[in-house]
Amino acid sequence: MTVEAYTPDGELMTINMGPHHPSTHGVLRLVLQVDGEVVVRCKPDHGYLHRSIEKIGEFLEFPQFVPYTDRVDYVCSMNSNLAYCQAAEALFNAAIPGAITVPERAEYIRVIFGELNRISSHLVAVGALAMDMGAYTPFLHGIGQREGVNDIFEKTCGARLTHNYVTIGGVANDLHAGAEADIAAFCDECEREMVRFNRLITGNSIFKNRLGGVAVVDREAAIAYGLVGPNLRASGVDFDLRRDEPYGYYNRFTFAVPVGAAFAGANGVVGDCYDRFVVRCLEIVESIRIVRQALKLIPPAAAKADDAVGGWQVDAGKILRKPPRGEMYHRVENPRGETGYYLISDGGKKPYRIKIRTGSFTAMSIFEDLAPGLMISDLVAVIGTFDIVVPEVDR
Amino acid sequence: MIARTSSGRLALSDLHAVVTTRFPTVTVEVGEAGATWLRVAPAEWLAVATFLRDVPALCLDSLMCLSGVDLSAVAPAVAPKAGTPKAPVAEPSLVCVYHLHSLSLFHRCTVKVFTARDAASVPSIENIWPVGGYFEREIFDLFGVDFPGHHRLERIMCPDDWIGHAGLRDYVYPTAYNGIALKREGQRFEDGPYMDPAPTDAVKKKAAP
Repeated sequence: MTVEAYTPDGELMTINMGPHHPSTHGVLRLVLQVDGEVVVRCKPDHGYLHRSIEKIGEFLEFPQFVPYTDRVDYVCSMNSNLAYCQAAEALFNAAIPGAITVPERAEYIRVIFGELNRISSHLVAVGALAMDMGAYTPFLHGIGQREGVNDIFEKTCGARLTHNYVTIGGVANDLHAGAEADIAAFCDECEREMVRFNRLITGNSIFKNRLGGVAVVDREAAIAYGLVGPNLRASGVDFDLRRDEPYGYYNRFTFAVPVGAAFAGANGVVGDCYDRFVVRCLEIVESIRIVRQALKLIPPAAAKADDAVGGWQVDAGKILRKPPRGEMYHRVENPRGETGYYLISDGGKKPYRIKIRTGSFTAMSIFEDLAPGLMISDLVAVIGTFDIVVPEVDR
Repeated sequence: MIARTSSGRLALSDLHAVVTTRFPTVTVEVGEAGATWLRVAPAEWLAVATFLRDVPALCLDSLMCLSGVDLSAVAPAVAPKAGTPKAPVAEPSLVCVYHLHSLSLFHRCTVKVFTARDAASVPSIENIWPVGGYFEREIFDLFGVDFPGHHRLERIMCPDDWIGHAGLRDYVYPTAYNGIALKREGQRFEDGPYMDPAPTDAVKKKAAP
């Protein structure tokens, strides 16, 4: 930690931040011991949204668990679906090689929708952060663009928030008619919007000074505390699962991996709040690049759903009626970083154990050591830049 | 895009060999569907964990995931014929599964530490991988495993006064919590809320002056 040691000299006061504080993004409760405005001790209190999703999974058959993965992280439920379904497919394929081969078109749809959901999740993250910092307008720009993604999802799968679209063996149904044109139009619009957004807030010198040099997490601390995804990359660790452990079709695309580089200028430090913000803004642009490449490569729809090229779903019923024994830890890159599913199957129709490793849960582990010495208002920035989504913490 | 790789990346068998040469008591186990892991005794786990993180050839600096698993209800590998008694489970029935990864060398390794179900205890690796402290609190909460050396081993998901450990396979869902009725098995929504006729001890204790 590079936070300066702070010696409290006043009377300490204990206050509750949350669970209903508007900037805690859900029901996160932080018990703070403060000396004036400075945090001396921070104790996160979790469990307000604990639904025991992992335990519920032990009572459901493999495909029945997919809707629950939506609720693990509802801001990017496409990616959550994908993480679980790919873990199940990897488990089955490890036991019986070639048990499930997802059609080519379905793999491209997964990439396109995964990246669109990443864009919408990052837009919420950066917009909400700006709102937490007192700038209301950028949030409306972010939410406005997110509507475009939601409209595309709604046309294809009928839902705007909890999609339940990715299935074991592909996706639930083919893209809606005219989807390619819709998505291409959205990409163009979103790219223009990001220029506007960056002019509005990212390059704003007040915003830069507000976040630059605040709550610095250095490289070693980021690795030790299990930060993942944009939070890890903002601290200068060049690691992205899409590139370094490619899953699905990600090895077919060209994209850059943004890494924190003290973007705030003179008062910026690698791994500060502003770096975490900028890395997300840059990732949105890279996601648009991936979507455009996928739109060029996606094969046209076939007449049959289980066509190896143009299909969108293979019938996994045979293997789901008698799943093989085995275990698998599979991880994917979600907007909030690595999401891992550890599945154990003992040969029954229901998984024996599902363990979900989420980015927000491990990000919370750093709070107790990062918060001392920060102002309360900086703690709001920390919650915003770590992009904590509470159902992902509590599960 | 082509995945980055590292010249120091070890094949899983080589990685296992490095560890088993240094710690002869650590065994390599092969599970179903090609899963392989190192089995470490709880007494030796701290030394092995430090070795895994600090030796430059291994450099497993990232704890990807730490899961608790209750093995007491795993179905036997071959389904028993009707009439024959179910084969007893020989394994100690709780296991902590550590999924490790090296951010510089890109190799992965799985470690399993088995512990008995009653008086389950595994040394805390909080000082080796700080993120482990949070995972350990979750396993303590849901499976009741003690982690000596943890700075503040408290429940993390359930309330502090919750009774039992919900992750265990034989966990029975309580009918009430501090006088609040909880749904019972088989209860339907139309039947209305279930009221526990007898207050629990915790409620009595709270109500007492």
